[in-house]
Amino acid sequence: MTPVLELRGITKRFPGVLANDHIHLTLEQGSIHALLGENGAGKTTLMNILYGLYKPDEGEIFVNGQPFEVHSPSDAIARGIGMVHQHFMLIPVFTVTENVMLGDETLKPGGFLDREKAAQRIREISTQYGLEVNPDSYIKDLPVGVQQRVEIIKLLYRNANILIFDEPTAVLTPQEADELFEIMQSLTRQGKSIIFITHKLREVLDVADLITVIRRGKVIGSVLPSEADQSKLASMMVGREVKLELEKAPARPDKTALRVENLLVTDDARQVAVDGISFEVHEGEVLGIAGVQGNGQTELVEAVTGMRDVDEGKIFLLEEDVTHLSPRKFTEYGSAHIPEDRQRDGLVLPFPVMENLILCTYYLPPFAKGPVIQWERVLENADRLVQEYDIRTPSSITSAGSLSGGNQQKVIVARELSRPIHLLVAAQPTRGLDVGSIEYIHSQIIKRRDNGVAVLLVSTELDEILQLSDRIAVMYRGKILATIPTEEASKELIGLLMAGVPLEDARQQIQNKSVYSA
Amino acid sequence: MTTNPEKSKKPGFWKIFLEELTNRGKQPGDDKKGKGRIGQIILIPLLAVVTGLILGAIFIVLTTEEVYAGFGRSFGAGLAASWDIVSTSYAALFTGAFGNPARMIAALQTGTDLEIRRAFNPFLESLVTSTPYIFAGLAVALGFRAGVFNIGAEGQIFVGAITATFVGYSVTGLPAIIHLPLALLAGALGGAAWGYIPGWLKAKTGGHEVINTIMMNYIAFRLSDFLLTGPMKRPDSFNPVSPEVLSTAWLPRFFPDPIRFHLGFFIALGIAYLVYWYLFKTTWGFELRTVGTNPNAAKYAGMNVTRNIILAMSLSGALAGLAGANEVLGVNHILAMAFSSGYGFDSIALALLGNNHPLGVVLASLLFGTLRNGATRMQLSAGIPIDIISVLQAVILAFIAAPAIIRTIYRLRAPAVEEGGITIRSWGGN
Repeated sequence: MTPVLELRGITKRFPGVLANDHIHLTLEQGSIHALLGENGAGKTTLMNILYGLYKPDEGEIFVNGQPFEVHSPSDAIARGIGMVHQHFMLIPVFTVTENVMLGDETLKPGGFLDREKAAQRIREISTQYGLEVNPDSYIKDLPVGVQQRVEIIKLLYRNANILIFDEPTAVLTPQEADELFEIMQSLTRQGKSIIFITHKLREVLDVADLITVIRRGKVIGSVLPSEADQSKLASMMVGREVKLELEKAPARPDKTALRVENLLVTDDARQVAVDGISFEVHEGEVLGIAGVQGNGQTELVEAVTGMRDVDEGKIFLLEEDVTHLSPRKFTEYGSAHIPEDRQRDGLVLPFPVMENLILCTYYLPPFAKGPVIQWERVLENADRLVQEYDIRTPSSITSAGSLSGGNQQKVIVARELSRPIHLLVAAQPTRGLDVGSIEYIHSQIIKRRDNGVAVLLVSTELDEILQLSDRIAVMYRGKILATIPTEEASKELIGLLMAGVPLEDARQQIQNKSVYSA
Repeated sequence: MTTNPEKSKKPGFWKIFLEELTNRGKQPGDDKKGKGRIGQIILIPLLAVVTGLILGAIFIVLTTEEVYAGFGRSFGAGLAASWDIVSTSYAALFTGAFGNPARMIAALQTGTDLEIRRAFNPFLESLVTSTPYIFAGLAVALGFRAGVFNIGAEGQIFVGAITATFVGYSVTGLPAIIHLPLALLAGALGGAAWGYIPGWLKAKTGGHEVINTIMMNYIAFRLSDFLLTGPMKRPDSFNPVSPEVLSTAWLPRFFPDPIRFHLGFFIALGIAYLVYWYLFKTTWGFELRTVGTNPNAAKYAGMNVTRNIILAMSLSGALAGLAGANEVLGVNHILAMAFSSGYGFDSIALALLGNNHPLGVVLASLLFGTLRNGATRMQLSAGIPIDIISVLQAVILAFIAAPAIIRTIYRLRAPAVEEGGITIRSWGGN
């Protein structure tokens, strides 16, 4: 049988980089082919070529055995290739129907939109593939998982046969991700074919029929999920042995480093984002704050680090009231902050690495003598940290913006962890990073914990929370639903809490389920 | 490394300097192409000037009656007339800007002081014209580095000129060593005050500095009109001019009249170095540049964003004020209406042309000053309207502001990342 899609010898060069190096890829009808690779491995470039956004320098594409010249996304869509982007392309104030119709409008005579007919089609599609969605809801009222379904419906509405999912689980809760996998399975059962781009190892093992690993623009190999395990895939991705399980000693909690009492914080729109939260973090332990993006974690971190005004409640650092302190004072109290958005808050991208490495301490000796910056010291410091933290950069005066995401994050980590600190606030410290960098940053955080630093870790990645934390607090709509020791936490339990299910009910549900399956 | 620190340090610092010079405060390209970037930083302005001169020649040809008359007679005569007018014009531009080489050599051979000075005067006069450009260009560049778009340099020049003039004629009995610095300081403070207001408004209320500096310009123009027809009017004159500044407040000239070359040029160079030092060597400058490039990161790093915005606008105003003081104390010795002839607006272009780097601004200012000075001569000896020079400058600037045009014309390869331009970010506001 001819494969539905075949890429032969696709090569794409960017100035100085070989993004895709003679890539061969075959997609069989009705299968899920996972494309696994670190960030910058060339997965996205390859898919953009397939989608007509880039022109390959060499190589050919065949769809159903026919050569296929693609010049724009509309060519791709016309040949039944559709892409679910990581960031949804939906208009929040339009209904599901309107969003699905957009660009492919069904018209009544006289040029009026035929919403009814389109809605009917959407209902058909959703029953056929198990994509539950109400065509008349407004996008802005829908949870992220449902919005993603709308994206999928958009493609099916245009009769796509080959669906490309680009990191689809990045924005989902574990439960939503599981639902997505069911949908993917249901799609392939009915003859659709899927390319699934990800860097999450567990997901591909769960869902893929074939896994192709890409590293530095080259296909490293294809394996069947039954023949692979996580560490094998990880070492294929990174090109060396990777320790997936973080080895860590039991925590030895000491005195309280950070205490938050009844904290109330509002967001930019003056809506309550953090709603009366209290917790403590002790020296030598990691408190993980889990939760789906947008449940007040951002505002919590900003309030604790002095970047956002506190409306009510108190914050204590080492038992001193620091409630309305500035970020500068926060730093001077021996605290470090790895911000959630490294490019927005954490770095000045056009500045060289060495300047970014002194962003918080530029005014202190040895970097400044009075008002004069001692550039020799700054350069020495940078050269040392680049070595110590393995920041891959041509030199210390290379601008931070030209580094890869992982190395940008290492610059921040190096800067924040190279000072003597009592408290580390790490928000999404590994978002969007590759396995190698994640491994490194995790080990650094645990090293600090073992040296007696209190760590407040905020992450939407459940794996990360479970691996690093000693205690886990789950945030939902600005409140902490529960704080549980990691030993008692399971992925399922945290997942339910993240979806807003109260602790008792969640435990009950899990128990019932296990009784059921037994 | 430690055995020979001098040797290992130096290339590093030269590289750092280049980085500062080429770093426009924007998303950088792939650094492997750093060399190409530096090359283009020099190449593009150069090609822009050449292209500007070519287009200028076309304008000259199109606006000259003799050319039309020549073409009326025959095609050859028309071409000859075109060549004639363009070559006379540009020769005049050159001699007006730099002096006549033949005359210079002759003067050096005779060895008479007067002859030598006269021969070299056009060149010195170009430096005189460049001086206010340097001050004002630095003003705008410093603002850009801090992320504020100071369109108000023109108004700040006026206010600086007013305060410098006032101190220059009303404070009496001081020796030059005190009076002159005092008058310069007054100019700087006047400009600083005029920059402080929109800076404060931006930092505290979010009022956009572009709007507010434009409005401050109008206030400054009318304020100077009012003062020159009222309180500051010279009692014995019918014209709206101020009393003459006392000679103790003059910027000393190095040669007897009519050569106007004065100390202001060297002060401008000194200030340019000072601005460079401030921006790139001090913690204050580091804060300013951080605030200007990424205010969020500045806040994260514990810097006071509002204070730095106000400070940047005030310093920018002070530099522009010095441009005004320089013109009064060094060249005119009086304040007259509309004396500035748009230095403040040209300075925006200068900052852009100079990549917001003091060295770049000085070079751009020398180019502008030279062109403008040469234009005067071109007008006199070739009968070409001085406006042609404005057209020329505009064309050069358009090419520099939009390097894509030059790249397209000369088929240069674009850097990895297309420049967004710091101005765009600043227009976006807070």
